[in-house]
Amino acid sequence: MAFLEINQVRKAFNQNVVVQNVDLAIERGEFVSFLGPSGCGKTTTLRMVAGFELPTAGTIRIDGKDITHLRPNQRNVGMVFQSYALFPNMTVAENVAFGLKVAKRPAAEIGPRVDEMLNIIKLPHLAGRYPYQLSGGQQQRVALARALAIKPQVLLLDEPLSALDAKIRVSLREEIRSLQRKLGITTIYVTHDQEEALSMSDRIVVMNEGRVDQVGAPFEIYNQPKTRFVASFVGTLSVLSGTVVDAASGVLDVGGQKIVAGRGFPNAKAGDACAVSLRPEAARLEGFGGQGATTNMADHAERNRLQGTIEEVAFLGSVIRIKVRLGDNILSLDTFNNPGVTPPERGAKATVTFSPADLLVLEGV
Amino acid sequence: MKQSRLGSWIALIIGTLYFVVPLAGTFEFSLRMRSGEYSFDAYRSVFSDSAFQDSFVFSTLMALATIVIGVLLVVPTAYWVQLRLRKLRPLIEFVTLLPLVIPAIVIVFGYLRLYNSSSFLPMTSEIWSTNLLLAFSYVTLALPYMYRAVDTGLRAIDVRTLTEAAENLGAGWATILFRVILPNVRTAILSGAFLTFAIVIGEFTMASLLNRPAFGPYLQLVGANRAYEPSALAVMAFVLTWACMGLINVFGRAKQIKHAP
Amino acid sequence: MVQTAWAWVGVAPFLVFALMFLILPTLYLVVGGFQDPDGNFTLQNIFDLFTPSIMSAYWISIKVSGASALVGAVIGFGLAYAVVLGGLPAWIRPTLMTFSGVASNFAGLPLAFAFLATLGRTGLVTVLLVKFFDFNIYATGFNLLSFCGLTLTYLYFQIPLMVLILTPALDGLKREWREASEILGASKLQYWLHVAFPILWPSVLGCTLLLFANAFGAIATAYALTGSSLNIITILLYAQIRGDVLHNPNLGYALALGMIFITGLTNGAYIWLRGRSERWLR
Repeated sequence: MAFLEINQVRKAFNQNVVVQNVDLAIERGEFVSFLGPSGCGKTTTLRMVAGFELPTAGTIRIDGKDITHLRPNQRNVGMVFQSYALFPNMTVAENVAFGLKVAKRPAAEIGPRVDEMLNIIKLPHLAGRYPYQLSGGQQQRVALARALAIKPQVLLLDEPLSALDAKIRVSLREEIRSLQRKLGITTIYVTHDQEEALSMSDRIVVMNEGRVDQVGAPFEIYNQPKTRFVASFVGTLSVLSGTVVDAASGVLDVGGQKIVAGRGFPNAKAGDACAVSLRPEAARLEGFGGQGATTNMADHAERNRLQGTIEEVAFLGSVIRIKVRLGDNILSLDTFNNPGVTPPERGAKATVTFSPADLLVLEGV
Repeated sequence: MKQSRLGSWIALIIGTLYFVVPLAGTFEFSLRMRSGEYSFDAYRSVFSDSAFQDSFVFSTLMALATIVIGVLLVVPTAYWVQLRLRKLRPLIEFVTLLPLVIPAIVIVFGYLRLYNSSSFLPMTSEIWSTNLLLAFSYVTLALPYMYRAVDTGLRAIDVRTLTEAAENLGAGWATILFRVILPNVRTAILSGAFLTFAIVIGEFTMASLLNRPAFGPYLQLVGANRAYEPSALAVMAFVLTWACMGLINVFGRAKQIKHAP
Repeated sequence: MVQTAWAWVGVAPFLVFALMFLILPTLYLVVGGFQDPDGNFTLQNIFDLFTPSIMSAYWISIKVSGASALVGAVIGFGLAYAVVLGGLPAWIRPTLMTFSGVASNFAGLPLAFAFLATLGRTGLVTVLLVKFFDFNIYATGFNLLSFCGLTLTYLYFQIPLMVLILTPALDGLKREWREASEILGASKLQYWLHVAFPILWPSVLGCTLLLFANAFGAIATAYALTGSSLNIITILLYAQIRGDVLHNPNLGYALALGMIFITGLTNGAYIWLRGRSERWLR
């Protein structure tokens, strides 16, 4: 039995269903992200685990105990909010001590525990400061310490980094992850930022319109997206639309040029419209020295080849993103920067190659 | 949850009663002038009183003068402070709040001593200059509200950028002030103006001590000598206050709609 | 440097106006409070303020202002709480705000007339209470022309004023603070005790002080209501200005000085408290 179980949980506000029959089992010590656009139900699901919202139907269990109807203050769950939500009238130390104080723990226990937490977040020198004297990143670390001070069974993080600067965001997400590993605390992390979810999580739950679209490790979610939504929400994706030529062997016509997909289309017949997708790092520009980042280095002869013109070249630093027009389709491809080679020019003719195995044929095509 | 909502309703009902009952009482009382039946005689009596008309007109003119002087004084100052003299802001704000600290009666007491007929600036010796002094005293009364309204309005439009943009396009200072800044804080000025009107129209202390025939002293006179007319006047004053606040709301909302995406 | 000098010209009219019609008149009184009739420095006027008749005038003013501020603050807090956090229908809030805007400006003489018509000896409420409950409030010793009556009347603008100035502070209480305290194990009472009230108290106290100053400087309502039967400080000062009832102009200045001292203290405390709560709520 999993440590945290969400069974057939559903939430409706009046007629408006925001979470539809979510099922999820999270193991002890696991770091799970809820990823999705705003309004997909991820925060509502988190708030039901926290106890701020009562599920319309379904149960939530922690360590085998049904907590669905428990009040938030009886759940022993820690939570970190997007807006930090530090108590402005208390110092850093008082904020961290709050949970222990309201639980009427002896002072002899509170003091050392607060020191320990402040050391963990590396801010022991700020114990006497007030929240308004701290930077956003410091405030969020204090909020984390406050949530962890009560030794919660589960840690919930609701978009904790979205109010912070890009640089601090990256360093703090590494800090959160290493802290979580060290403490071995079961964690749910809500975010709309795919990079955060991909880099931090043991598993990602991609949510859309109140439903779970896919649950899996970051590698799976990115490379084997099960739905078009997952594929397009996680990472960049170019869609090539065309018609089926040979359904059995997976041959397609894209703007008058033939390509082969990695598998056949059992449910389609010749002449059907269809769409396939490609990650930008899976495609390469022939004759251009930059190396694609793809792992599928299949034999040159087997690769699909499409002729087009360079539409746009964006130099992003280590990577150059090139958009190639192929008839009605535009395909994005990434190539690593090579200081010895000048990037191609706009308007130049180009040949794009990619392995059939890298073509994503998504559900609902 | 249910219980706390019940408490909220109780608080609201008590508040509403406190607000409505005196109004109902006043209105009822104002209808009692003819014995044995309700009538609008008290209102008729008030309206036909020439002193009512004269004092009301006088106070209205005073209010208008106050608003004009106040706007001319406050808008350029608030604008200039935001544009050039940010450091001065605490001082200016402090000055605008002084009328809340110094009671009106104290201010006018000072006027009577400083500007009496034997002083270096004998403002109270002529009628026109006394009227001016009264208008000035009203400007000080309205200063905290006027300044705050205008300052908030100016803060909302980023004065610096607007001014620089206008200068960049070759506008002179008069054009900037009257065609760029004023239209953008019109709502704030109007709110301040209506509030000023509501404060000035029935003001008693200053008008009475400066001996001007304003509406406030007239109200006091009627209150001391008549039975039913004061209630009628109170009802009218209430309607007038309501109209001023209503107009502030209307203009405030019109701005919101205009600014909605 | 030339630039700065020019910049000052822009605020010169305002500063001149403030100096002439706000600061100098006040200073004149303040200085006069420390002078004898021949213009020599003296503290005698200040000492003379401590005579029973003047002290009682200050004291009644402080009592009326204090009582109306305290009661107004409590009821106003209740109303503001009900409308912000009480889970009432959404339309109530703007309605109450508009009502409060009107009622807080409905002061002066008309307010006195309204209360005379309502709670005076033949006022509607007085009459109805006698008629339906056979209860004569005047038989209990109540008198509208007294401390109680004046306080009751002042509440008519004090309560809505409290609602208006306290609502933003209650809005500033973030939902996340309640949720954070709840999930850290705090009960509702603990939340109010340790979080909400400590955050709110500077605002609540500050607003109460503002109500106090608001009532302390008022005269018209009291004058119309009680004539000169209730000797509050503003009425005493009014009589002094009109007819030198103290037979000592400089004592009159000291009277004004005492008022400025009290309202100044109140407002100073208010500003300090507001700064404190704003710092937190940034």
